[in-house]
Amino acid sequence: MAVLVIADHDNATLTDATHKTVTAAKAFGGDIDVLVAGKGAGDVAAAAAKIDGVRKVLHAEGDAYEKQLAEAMEALIVPLMDGYDALFSPATTMGKNVTPRIAAKLDVMQISDITGIEGTDTFERPIYAGNAIMTVKSSDPKKVVTVRGTAFDAAGETGSASVETIDAPAGPFKSAFVEEKIVQSDRPELTSAKTIVSGGRALGSKEEFDRLMIPLADKLGAGIGASRAAVDAGYAPNDYQVGQTGKIVAPELYIAIGISGAIQHLAGMKDSKIIVAINKDEEAPIFQVADYGLVADLFSAVPELTEAV
Amino acid sequence: MKVLVPVKRVIDYNVKVRVKSDQSGVDLANVKMSMNPFDEISVEEAVRLKEKGAVEEIVVVSIGPQQAQETLRTALAMGADRGILIKTDDAVEPLAVAKILEKVIGEESPELVILGKQAIDDDSNQTGQMLAALLDWPQGTFASEVVLEDGKINVTREIDGGLQTLSLQTPAIVTTDLRLNEPRYASLPNIMKAKKKPIDEKAPGDYGVDTAARLSVVKVTEPPVREAGEKVEDVAELVTKLKAKGAI
Repeated sequence: MAVLVIADHDNATLTDATHKTVTAAKAFGGDIDVLVAGKGAGDVAAAAAKIDGVRKVLHAEGDAYEKQLAEAMEALIVPLMDGYDALFSPATTMGKNVTPRIAAKLDVMQISDITGIEGTDTFERPIYAGNAIMTVKSSDPKKVVTVRGTAFDAAGETGSASVETIDAPAGPFKSAFVEEKIVQSDRPELTSAKTIVSGGRALGSKEEFDRLMIPLADKLGAGIGASRAAVDAGYAPNDYQVGQTGKIVAPELYIAIGISGAIQHLAGMKDSKIIVAINKDEEAPIFQVADYGLVADLFSAVPELTEAV
Repeated sequence: MKVLVPVKRVIDYNVKVRVKSDQSGVDLANVKMSMNPFDEISVEEAVRLKEKGAVEEIVVVSIGPQQAQETLRTALAMGADRGILIKTDDAVEPLAVAKILEKVIGEESPELVILGKQAIDDDSNQTGQMLAALLDWPQGTFASEVVLEDGKINVTREIDGGLQTLSLQTPAIVTTDLRLNEPRYASLPNIMKAKKKPIDEKAPGDYGVDTAARLSVVKVTEPPVREAGEKVEDVAELVTKLKAKGAI
């Protein structure tokens, strides 16, 4: 049996989500190959070769792969699947974008966002924003899954797999990259951060969000998250959103500031190890999942906390 | 341009779902149902494109039980022109939905299909991408902006690090994210008008698509319950406790 894992990367670095997906592939079983499709992604292929448990790395280069355009990734991966029993992708925006195309072409019903594996055809996945866990058994000959990173530990990096360069279809494809606005930040990426401070609508404005959240995050070396309400109100950029339809996180410490705790938000963070909630409404649902709740005015409590840590 | 918008009837997003005691699924009896929120955003986007004069006709389609007709009426009241109800009481998986939609598109020939990025019941996030693959169309998923210009569709997408803009040839598939727009509430006159708009009734069999499930549900269970912890008096106590736990 053999599994192909799609690497998630930006042509310079491999994301942690890839290592977690390899762990899931190990639980599935069989030989594991990792596909690095990119442009100038040699370092990424070398990094993927170090992931424990990888048999070999397939390295494909081309203009359309720089941004891993879905149409190109489909053309590259569908023929490769002749040699594999399963395709595992991280449930990142890359994986969510690309993987269902391949599943459809293989006539396979994809299993999204798996959080558990019970054999080679049975998987666990959350539904209804994580308010129910469904175990499904697939009757398809090949399995196509995306893997929720918070449910699997990252595989180590002591391996030394070989890297094989493969040809990639050059197109033309029906979509073209125009531009990207990537938030430049030295902060840890949300899905791999050990600590996250997350702000909600109670912060009141983008100015207050930045004034209160950034110093605290700097002090803690934390990633910054936000509730949907804060993102919708323009206090924080879209990639900060934690929740059912945003990022799913499970840090060691999650500090929710001025977040009431709608079920859609809880869906994105309730697997965090320690949850702290600071909110002046003592009835806020966030307190029902918080290990430590502080009923206080965030405008005084947050600076005090920043001072104290 | 003609736009097709598929809509799904799901448990209302405010309802707290309950898992059935026999672990066969979640309890849907006497629960408020609504249009999937992402599909509302899709309908709204189509209506805005029509209001700008870029779109002539909006066709909405739903695959589901008889009551999915209400979901179609909601879309018609928001401004869609006509509906297609593909009636089935079975749960239809995203792959089969995509196959039915492929056939509908063969008959309707839209140049743009706008779908919600995911349904909030099964959280699959697959149908749009699968449909794009079956049709060999380009896709712009998780859209926060859609601009039609010079026969191309520019889609700005919400991706992990920020925003990405793609230019798509037409015909194309777009899936909507939360920030694309804020859907309108239908006005009473528009709700009345929607009652007169046509809805065609079909069945999956009319399209020759096999909707047999590929995934069988072994069980549906409650997630592990997280217990509420303790309230702390002040910031000093919070810091002490976090330090004791080694969290900071």
